[in-house]
Amino acid sequence: MRYRAPATDALIATDLDTLTALFHRPSGITHLVASPVPEILAALAEPMTRDQLLAALARDYDLTDPDPRALAQRLDELVASGLVATS
Amino acid sequence: MRYVHRLRIGPVGFRIGSDWRAPIDQLADLYRAYPTADHADYTVRLFAARPWRRFVRPAVSIGGDYMLPEAAPLPLVHGLLAAEMAMNLQLALGHRRHLLLHASIAERDGRALLMTGESGAGKSTLATLLAANGWRFMGDEFALLDPATGLVHAFPRLISLKNQSVAAAAAAFPDGRFGPLLKATPKGDIRHLVPPVDAIGRMDEPAAPALLLFPRHGVAAEERDVPASEAFVRLTQASTNYVALGEVGFRALTTLVRDIPARAIDYPDGATALAQVEALWART
Repeated sequence: MRYRAPATDALIATDLDTLTALFHRPSGITHLVASPVPEILAALAEPMTRDQLLAALARDYDLTDPDPRALAQRLDELVASGLVATS
Repeated sequence: MRYVHRLRIGPVGFRIGSDWRAPIDQLADLYRAYPTADHADYTVRLFAARPWRRFVRPAVSIGGDYMLPEAAPLPLVHGLLAAEMAMNLQLALGHRRHLLLHASIAERDGRALLMTGESGAGKSTLATLLAANGWRFMGDEFALLDPATGLVHAFPRLISLKNQSVAAAAAAFPDGRFGPLLKATPKGDIRHLVPPVDAIGRMDEPAAPALLLFPRHGVAAEERDVPASEAFVRLTQASTNYVALGEVGFRALTTLVRDIPARAIDYPDGATALAQVEALWART
């Protein structure tokens, strides 16, 4: 299964402090998210599998102990919220 | 409608119609310093749900361009409150020109202090006390944030004072013009106060937001910073049209909470709150 973030122009992201406000244009829904969600969405500009995503995050953010289970949970939440689509 | 009054409050024009004369006479008297609306953005109707309710235990139903089906009618003696609630309802449900924040506003030197919180937090009382101490009263119900300019527009309708705040306002404005005491309304005892002369005369002057305050009345004095994300969430909850405005509302609100500081203040009484606000304002 491959995951992908909304198109760049479908999402408005505004950093508030440690949290980021997201406005999802297609749904009109506002989301308030914390790291690593903005990083996951940035990485998923290109559709990829969960393993590919984990490798990309580990590479881009120098993760010493990437946690596949935690990533799976975040992805499930993002799919449920409508911010990430699967194919 | 048998009886009609037109008035403008800030940028909003109302046409208020009623099956009864009394609420219109009270409105016309208390709002006599306000301009007549050139056009009505909203029509408000105070009507008898059944014809005999005009005469037998008269009950005022609230209606207009926008209605809440479950709104309970009020007795005619509370007709003024019904009119005020109906005007607020039109704005809350219908307004799209501005982002509406359930907040009171006081202005000084062109800069606005926005105070928001749940009912009973002291928004109206604080704005009234500030108005008696050199600030311009801009409203105690809605702050109208213009998404294009980031400025807040005044909506200085009658100040709605509840229970103990009536005495505090009477002490602050011994020569103030008050409406009738409306006892045992669904919101408690209520009395309306006509805003000060400069609040009405300058109601077309917007102001730049400078400080966002989350007051809480009845507890020991305390203060803390409110992070922008918390302010954002609380203001989305305090806005009646944030969702309806979509992206425009998102941009206006994120800009507001990123641009100005936000503080929560707990206060035991009005005098303490005034001192806290003045100290905060001096540092802003």
